[in-house]
Amino acid sequence: MLVALTVATAVAALALAAWCGWAAHRDQPTKDWHFIGMAMVTLLALVQLVVGVVRLARGEKPEQGTTIFVSYLVGALACVPAAAFMSLAERTRWGSITVAAGGVVLAVLQVRLYDIWGG
Amino acid sequence: MAEPGRTRLIGGPGMLLVWLYGVMVVGAVSRSAVQIATEFDRAPLAYSLSAVAGLVYGFITYSLVRGGERARRAALVCCAAELAGVLIVGTWTLADPSAFPDATVWSDYGMGYLFIPVLLPVTAVFWLRRSRAATS
Repeated sequence: MLVALTVATAVAALALAAWCGWAAHRDQPTKDWHFIGMAMVTLLALVQLVVGVVRLARGEKPEQGTTIFVSYLVGALACVPAAAFMSLAERTRWGSITVAAGGVVLAVLQVRLYDIWGG
Repeated sequence: MAEPGRTRLIGGPGMLLVWLYGVMVVGAVSRSAVQIATEFDRAPLAYSLSAVAGLVYGFITYSLVRGGERARRAALVCCAAELAGVLIVGTWTLADPSAFPDATVWSDYGMGYLFIPVLLPVTAVFWLRRSRAATS
């Protein structure tokens, strides 16, 4: 379940990055549709956080330590919303690029989460 | 760009820079905080360097958000220091791996962070220099 969520979140994050990268390529700021996309990716990260915490509560241990695991889960959740707010403040293509970078960062966090949990 | 008082440093590409620096602040500070708190004795030099890197990133982020000529200059100095740090520590980790039982943020020129630590200061210096040209 957790691994499947990790893969799904990573794929969604990369899709979001590509989408916003495309908007930037066309010299557009982020639009309402993009924000719906960001909300969906954030929702995935939230579900992942909940599932991760439940697994911890059941007594399972991440391979590289609970503290690191939880901080990465929280970081993954905060990542896209932070980029979203910055793109609200920057209504040009650079706002779109910022969200695209946020998507890439989230995908990298997912790879790390996979390692930390231990596959 | 014609605001009275402070030069705005976070317009356009500056916003992307703030985001990337923000990510590095969170990454470096939280990483070194955990490592210093739990296993400082294992690699004191590496963890201290990560903490310093986090502080430098924090200061640059703050300067970019604050804006203004003095902040711009301070950020320029810090970016130069950051670049020097990445290059020195990067070379050091390659030349003498035994000094680093564990990785720092700047190990191998920031390879563990997609080389962002070495690319970021170069980009930032270009951006900060251009900001001056735009306002003067």
